Amino acid sequence: MNDHLIEIKSMTKVYGMDEAAVSALAGVDVEVSRGEFVAIMGPSGSGKSTLMNILGCLDRPTAGTYILDGRNVSQMSKDELADIRNEKLGFIFQSFNLLPRLSALSNVMLPLLYNDDEISDEEAETIAITSLESVGLGSRLHHRPNQLSGGQQQRVAIARALVNKPPLILADEPTGNLDSKSSVEIMDILHSLHKNGATIVMVTHEPDIAEHAQRVICVKDGLILSDGRGGNNPCLARHNEKRMP
Amino acid sequence: MKFKRILRTAWEGLMLNKVRSFLTTLGVIIGVASVIVMMAVSAGAEASIAEQINALGANLIIVSPMRGVPGAGRTLLIDDAYAISEQVVGITGFSAEQSPAAQNIRTGGITLESIAVVGTTADFPEVRDYAVSEGRYFTADEDDRKAKVVILGSGIAKDLFGDESAIGQTITVDSTKVTVIGVMESKGLVADVDYDGRVYLPINLVFQKFMTSSPMGTDSVRTIYLKAESPEKIDSVIAQTSASLAERHDVDPAKPDFTVQTQQDIIATQEATTAAFRDLLAWVAGISLLVGGIGIMNIMLVSVTERTREIGLRQALGARASTVLMQFLIEAIILSLAGGLVGVLLGISGSYLFGAFGTMRTELVPLSIPLAFGAATIVGIFFGYYPATQAAKLDPIEALRRE
Repeated sequence: MNDHLIEIKSMTKVYGMDEAAVSALAGVDVEVSRGEFVAIMGPSGSGKSTLMNILGCLDRPTAGTYILDGRNVSQMSKDELADIRNEKLGFIFQSFNLLPRLSALSNVMLPLLYNDDEISDEEAETIAITSLESVGLGSRLHHRPNQLSGGQQQRVAIARALVNKPPLILADEPTGNLDSKSSVEIMDILHSLHKNGATIVMVTHEPDIAEHAQRVICVKDGLILSDGRGGNNPCLARHNEKRMP
Repeated sequence: MKFKRILRTAWEGLMLNKVRSFLTTLGVIIGVASVIVMMAVSAGAEASIAEQINALGANLIIVSPMRGVPGAGRTLLIDDAYAISEQVVGITGFSAEQSPAAQNIRTGGITLESIAVVGTTADFPEVRDYAVSEGRYFTADEDDRKAKVVILGSGIAKDLFGDESAIGQTITVDSTKVTVIGVMESKGLVADVDYDGRVYLPINLVFQKFMTSSPMGTDSVRTIYLKAESPEKIDSVIAQTSASLAERHDVDPAKPDFTVQTQQDIIATQEATTAAFRDLLAWVAGISLLVGGIGIMNIMLVSVTERTREIGLRQALGARASTVLMQFLIEAIILSLAGGLVGVLLGISGSYLFGAFGTMRTELVPLSIPLAFGAATIVGIFFGYYPATQAAKLDPIEALRRE
């Protein structure tokens, strides 16, 4: 096993057939090392959502390889992908995706239920409580999502993403539905996770959020336009212009 | 994922909407309960028919004119009865019976209107297992002499004489004065005939006094009952009787103008009639179970649509398609099993209540309980499978995007 958590080689994704075929990814190579905090940016239709879905093992590439944590997941069956998602991935969604009728604790326990490890209910509860405490919600265990603020709901979602101790955290517009104060809270949590060694890949269209990341990958027309840090990133620049009317 | 956890997840899914879950099971509850009640009602009907026919007497062979044959109502004659009693081996007695029009009965100041009069022969009490409780029955000799004697049903005796003894009293049947020589034991209502509300006269007296203006004539009988010496003799008695009657009537034994039956034959005929009724009830109950199943499928489909996002999330968190399938299938099975259980309880109590307070006799059929419960389970699996596959088939990306 090398240092790369993610290795993507000449990956393509084509939707539709023959003449109606649309190429969402047109040959992408990406490597992400363990412990990196990467932002993916790009305009809508650029292929960043497709890339994110494939990174999240929710979709399979048409061609190319995807090696995640040493395992080639590019042509795995749906059931194998479900197991990979459970073991290797923690999802943070824009709209939180908490189950409204379950308490914060039960929501956080969900990934443990789908785990093959024979953990008892008591153990699962202990793990989930620890995870909620780590995002500062130790006193909100039995609250339902509608009794929590947006920022708190996203923190529950982060606790859920962490509960199986996955090697990769995928955050899809994690602050997209939040006010700026809550956004800062969430980014602070992601930062501290990163500091403690977590690998995070985040999709965002907000440059100031992307700037929290070590590295920004800019996607356009199914290709990687630029990869790295710095002020001259085309995605950051373009967004900056767009945001100043 | 452990089965126990899938089960719990399914249970939580149902508890999310208790009222809806209950309403969904209602169809199965009604279906299962009606299967059980319907089977109890038809079993009760069959049992009471069999009981009444058996109450006619033991080892009984019943000879009647063939119905539907022109003139057959007059084909069975009293002389046929005498001939059978002389020729047929293996019988202990015979009872020829004829019922003229109902008559008024008077004694003292009391008149009873429209009382059924039955002309019988001397062996009637023995052949029909219907004993005289007070006094005696008439003899064959008295019958031949057209003796003016009568035996009263217990109800008639009470109506006419109250607590006084009826024996030796004189009553007038229409215009014929007869002396009461006996009172029958109480027998009650058998096959819709009120035995206690009739009077029994020698059949030859009945021919002379009450049948002269009847198209049936003064020598035909309605039924001849024969009592076999033992159950083993029944077949032989039937064969002899049929042969004897065919010869006397000069008819082809294959196309007789009479029927010779046992009680079992009559029970079988009756059961054939009730079987059609029972099958109809079973179909109706089965259809309501089917409708219940469609109700479950309907609600499960709605539930899958409503919970698309939840399904997508569970898939993203690592639920396999088979786990999602099991979750929804188990929800449907829980619904139908719960419906089946409540339906069985309702069906059992309904059967008892029907029997206790209704006009119908019911007899719980033990087989109907596993049958109805099993049918409910199959309905749950069958109608739950399609919605569950719809849930399992969802694409997590699409499902998560759905509002």
